[in-house]
Amino acid sequence: MEIIKSGKENNALIIKIIGRMDAVTSPEFEKALDTWIDESEKHFVLDLSSLEYISSAGLRSILVIAKKLKALNGKIFLAGMAESVSEVFEISGFNSIIPIHDTVQAAIRQFQ
Amino acid sequence: MSSIQLPAKIENMGLLVQFISDIARKIGFSGKRVKEIELATEEALVNIINYAYPDHSGDIRVTCTQDPSKAFVIKIEDTGIAFDILSLKDPDISAGISDREVGGLGVFLIRKLMDKVQYHRKNKKNILKLVVHIPTK
Repeated sequence: MEIIKSGKENNALIIKIIGRMDAVTSPEFEKALDTWIDESEKHFVLDLSSLEYISSAGLRSILVIAKKLKALNGKIFLAGMAESVSEVFEISGFNSIIPIHDTVQAAIRQFQ
Repeated sequence: MSSIQLPAKIENMGLLVQFISDIARKIGFSGKRVKEIELATEEALVNIINYAYPDHSGDIRVTCTQDPSKAFVIKIEDTGIAFDILSLKDPDISAGISDREVGGLGVFLIRKLMDKVQYHRKNKKNILKLVVHIPTK
């Protein structure tokens, strides 16, 4: 899995995740987000257009970060998921807890 | 029938999942179904890796078979503590972000994605079977 900071717009960091978020790789995701949160970032858009796969470990990591950000009055939006990833969010009910947008641009607009 | 047996460590999770998905691909499941099989498999394996062997290390044995009724059967065995993964309660999937709990999702996903899930304990082994129907062409 690769985690790339693709940019910052409207005060939100755009983070691109490439590959798989599973039990092995999800801790790296949490660590990376924690580092940015420690640097006082609290608005994030996760570009998931290159995310091939997510398991409950990945969902759990996103939830942990989302709860942290909520406590800091921050927000995280997810964008660009493929159908197979979207299905996992739907089955688990995560699609109603974390805001999901079709594109990064649509998510960024929420921060205006 | 194909089998693999490896120590129940997170470093081996990828190999075990790959073993199963390679067979699933060969059987001809769609890309989407293979991903679902990988996911259910990962959830089952991670539970064993995290909880089956609290005091000492142990193995996971995975056996894949195709039964005459056109089903792909993934048998996952461990010799760890007695644990019926199917006895876990479903998470509250309607809970909002503050109330949503972090655990319990893995088994729920297994049940949702697999056509049949069976657990039994025999000879001090936990035996979990994930069954995937093979669609007729």
